[in-house]
Amino acid sequence: MTQWHIFLAFFRVGMLGYGGGPSSIPLVQKEVVEKYKWMSDEEFANVLAIGNSLPGPIATKMAGYIGYRVAGIIGMINAVLATIVPTIVIMIVLLTFLTSASEKPWVNGMTQAVVPVVGVMLAVLTYQFLKNAKAGLGWFWTIGLAIASLGLIQLVGIHPGIVIAILLLYALLKPEKEKNSSQQEG
Amino acid sequence: MIYWEIFIAFFIPGIVGYGGGPASIPLVENEVVDRFGWMTVNDFSEMLAMANALPGPIATKMAGFIGYQQAGILGSLVGVFATVMPSLILMIVLLSVLQKFKDSPRVKKMTSLIRPTIAILLGVMAFNFFHTSYQQTGVWQFIIIAGVSFLLLEKWKVHPAFVIIAALGYGAIFLG
Repeated sequence: MTQWHIFLAFFRVGMLGYGGGPSSIPLVQKEVVEKYKWMSDEEFANVLAIGNSLPGPIATKMAGYIGYRVAGIIGMINAVLATIVPTIVIMIVLLTFLTSASEKPWVNGMTQAVVPVVGVMLAVLTYQFLKNAKAGLGWFWTIGLAIASLGLIQLVGIHPGIVIAILLLYALLKPEKEKNSSQQEG
Repeated sequence: MIYWEIFIAFFIPGIVGYGGGPASIPLVENEVVDRFGWMTVNDFSEMLAMANALPGPIATKMAGFIGYQQAGILGSLVGVFATVMPSLILMIVLLSVLQKFKDSPRVKKMTSLIRPTIAILLGVMAFNFFHTSYQQTGVWQFIIIAGVSFLLLEKWKVHPAFVIIAALGYGAIFLG
């Protein structure tokens, strides 16, 4: 039953994720955190952070890891296949039999209409992350880190993976008093 | 031998391609067109146009299709495997370590420290999607689709699947 749910969750993500892997992030969050509750928002944030700091396609990294966490190796294979196989099959069939489908205006119209929807979903997810960050860090650090990240990534052009890796290393290696840790709970 | 070549052609973009699937497009082109000469630049851009018009992750669509073209179903499997597995294994190892220590204060601190950065990444992506949409469809269509989908998703809690399907239908009819 779990395997069937994994398949359904990632099949939907694969079939609805227009615009490549990154557009599937909010869809994965909907399925995994809100619908099936396999993970908390916190864990999902970790998956996204590690996923972003590693190379390779993001959709299959998320699918593979979440499948693995929920139902082991079989779950992993199941989730990755559910994400990618349906659209690969469609692609092979379309490109083998009719090469001109992508030039049809209605196909283009479909793709264009989905772009703002994905934008809205990403914006909502952004808001949720900021809200959660504020709950954990307070406004001062949330806004400070957000502005610093924005500057480093967008203006200086540092790869986000590097920014995330530095933050992770800082949290791991910084000498820390026990008192600090108990304050983190809130 | 062809399987080994397919593996190499997609292993390299998979391991070097930072920033998700779309970032690996030029890397794939480099391997497939320049290095192995399986496709012309024209073939490649035609395939890319088709891949972009279909749902699902872009990197695996390319790997699956090119692998299939070169060596059938098995080639398709090899291409996808080479794209997905290296980074996935790394991811599982790293996150399993994190999971083991999830109650440690350091890991908790890590989780909260990276949240603002992730929010920024998502925010930038949202902005890019809005910007693309504004350029493709003009400001009115953009406002209508974004506004209606926001209400459907957040106010009336409609599952995203239905909202996306509705958008697809709307686009096929009114933006075609």
